[in-house]
Amino acid sequence: MRKLMFTLLAGAVALCGAAPVLGADSDTVQEIVNKASAAAYYRGKDGKAKVSMSIVDGRGRERSREFTIIRSDIGDEDNGDQRFYVFFNRPADVNRTAFMVWKNVDRDDDRWLYLPALDLVKRIAASDERTSFVGSHFFYEDVSGRGPTEDTHVLVEETENYFIVESTPKDPDAVEFSSYKNWIHKETFIPVKTEYYDASEDAYRTYSAVRVEVVGGYPTVMEARIEDQRIGGATTLYYNDVEYDIALPEDIFSERYLRNPPRRYLR
Amino acid sequence: MWRRGRIFVAAALILGANGAFAQEPPLPVGLGGAISSDAEASEAEATGDEEPALPAGLGRPQGGGLSDKTSKRSSRRGSDDRRSGHGPVVELAPLTGFLEGRVGPRLRGDAHQGAFSLAEARLRLETEAAFGAVALRVVGDGVFDSVVKDRTPDLETGEGAFDLRELNIVWRPTDFADLKVGRQVLTWGVGDLIFINDLFPKDFQSFFIGRDAEYLKAPSDAARLSLFNDVVNVDLVYTPRFDPDRFINGSRLSYFNPVAGVIVGRNAVLEPETPDDWFNDDEFAARAYRQVGAFEAALYGYIGYFKGPTGLNASGAFFFPRLRVYGASARGPFAGGIVTAEFGRYISADDPDGSNPAIPNGSIRYLAGFEREIAQNFTASIQYYGETRTDHAAFVAAAPPGGAAQRTRHLTTLRLTRQAFNQNLTLSLLNFWSPNEYDGHVRLRASYKVDDAWLVEGGGNFFYGPRNDALFSQLKDNTNLFVAVRRSF
Repeated sequence: MRKLMFTLLAGAVALCGAAPVLGADSDTVQEIVNKASAAAYYRGKDGKAKVSMSIVDGRGRERSREFTIIRSDIGDEDNGDQRFYVFFNRPADVNRTAFMVWKNVDRDDDRWLYLPALDLVKRIAASDERTSFVGSHFFYEDVSGRGPTEDTHVLVEETENYFIVESTPKDPDAVEFSSYKNWIHKETFIPVKTEYYDASEDAYRTYSAVRVEVVGGYPTVMEARIEDQRIGGATTLYYNDVEYDIALPEDIFSERYLRNPPRRYLR
Repeated sequence: MWRRGRIFVAAALILGANGAFAQEPPLPVGLGGAISSDAEASEAEATGDEEPALPAGLGRPQGGGLSDKTSKRSSRRGSDDRRSGHGPVVELAPLTGFLEGRVGPRLRGDAHQGAFSLAEARLRLETEAAFGAVALRVVGDGVFDSVVKDRTPDLETGEGAFDLRELNIVWRPTDFADLKVGRQVLTWGVGDLIFINDLFPKDFQSFFIGRDAEYLKAPSDAARLSLFNDVVNVDLVYTPRFDPDRFINGSRLSYFNPVAGVIVGRNAVLEPETPDDWFNDDEFAARAYRQVGAFEAALYGYIGYFKGPTGLNASGAFFFPRLRVYGASARGPFAGGIVTAEFGRYISADDPDGSNPAIPNGSIRYLAGFEREIAQNFTASIQYYGETRTDHAAFVAAAPPGGAAQRTRHLTTLRLTRQAFNQNLTLSLLNFWSPNEYDGHVRLRASYKVDDAWLVEGGGNFFYGPRNDALFSQLKDNTNLFVAVRRSF
């Protein structure tokens, strides 16, 4: 109900073309969201992180994943096209499996999977972005970022620490939520918490940034967590050995390096 | 310096965990909200909304805003800076692999086979060592096989107590070249389990008895040189001694023997004449490929032999006729899925005019496929494949009465894959079916990852069709089920 009030209020404010209550109009909301997306997914021109993932299911059973992820922003442009390369180490049955994404802003992403035992480079359909990434509670979209223009954003509140932004999808059929609310840290624009709501406005899924460090001058989320009440359990992601601006050559994101991993950049 | 940063982070973690900001989302560790606790507590009261307290790391640490106190090398587990060393170091990967048991009973009586098509324990060990631009890789399987009991390792057929899957060196001599020499698995082309321009050896016995999918690809002993540039990338593969398929020879699976005119098994194990002269009976394969927009395009060439013993010589022995192939493929996104197309011209070099019915005719082979996710964690794919004789008239004229099949064999595939339980359960169905020869093959698989180490799997391989001599229906007495347990490490 409170959420609805905020929405109505913010809508009224936007209609009046002024923003006396919340101090922002829709343009600045979009700017906030753009900055948040850039802060979360576009730091530096490129970057590398070793990631360990702890997946705990609804019955308390834990599974883990370990992988290295490298990223490059095309043209060093925030919220533009990106390339990702993910190299798995653990569990043992996916050791040396590589996954590559060309994230495209204006069309579906291109994805490839390399299965080393078969020497097979498989092209994967750009499926639903809100599908589990490697069996975790994180979706593909949580790892590579949701496009800032895919939702309509309303700044519902501003606190000392946060811009609180509520977002509703422009294409509701493409997503499982009816809206989500984002607590964006005002100083760093890091999204600290994101809550997803279903049609009856109940929160069922929560992202939280648990720990932040400054790496190479950029505030960086080093530990993040997603809890999902629909499927039960939670996944915690630990980023280790984060580095930015490592001068990645663009050809790393090609079939060549799927077949023979770029060891130098995976160390 | 980074040590101090760590202490700060630890302090923030402890404070942050106190739950002092139940109403606000806690600032994460590192945003420092934990330290300015009073301000946030009152802020939280004021808003009344369930706002996160700043996580550790966000917020205002005493003495100013965010600073780079925390070194980039500070991490949960710490790290050593290998880059600070001088000169290349040997990096040895840990020994990994799996241990598995796999059993597959036959569903139909076959007088020429035992009750099981599969009954084995397998230990996979693999490791690799890297030294600068060179990497050495070893992968081998120790096998205790109760179906074919000869324990003498045969590294060509993979039979016996040991199968060497990989033993190769990868060298990156320059920015634009990779060289991989030794035993290796090689794959290219865009078909899903249909191979036109991929003439690297396959292991059809493993494929049909229910071993893991990786065993469909038999290893090659070859050198692969890959050259990269902006115009077109090129792969050149030289196999100094012909590597045939690990084809169906009767020892595990019964097959139709065209000379005998009946289905045979262990009573007539096929022993063809195999070209095996090093650097003389060799194979050469090439691929040129590049990205064209979102599509991948490739051209292929091959000079070597038919990969199965499909020729019959004057002395009544099966042999591997010479073969040349050229072709092309394309793959890319379409209608929310992936569309594939591949073409190959097979030139039967030992039967250039197609008039020898004891040697395969030349052919044109082509496929088109489409795959897409039709619901979350549910993928469907279809393929059409055709194989048309290029010298059909000559073949028919020379073939014994009733010996000439149709000019074109049509084949379709349908694959459905469903994942459930956080992608730990995978169910898959794959059906091959020929609409003009009416034979087919159904592959059912269910695999469940019990945890990170244990996998259980079960499935079945079914063969059907009216004819004894068609590709899949000749295998119908081999219809089988299988179960497997694997522990990876």
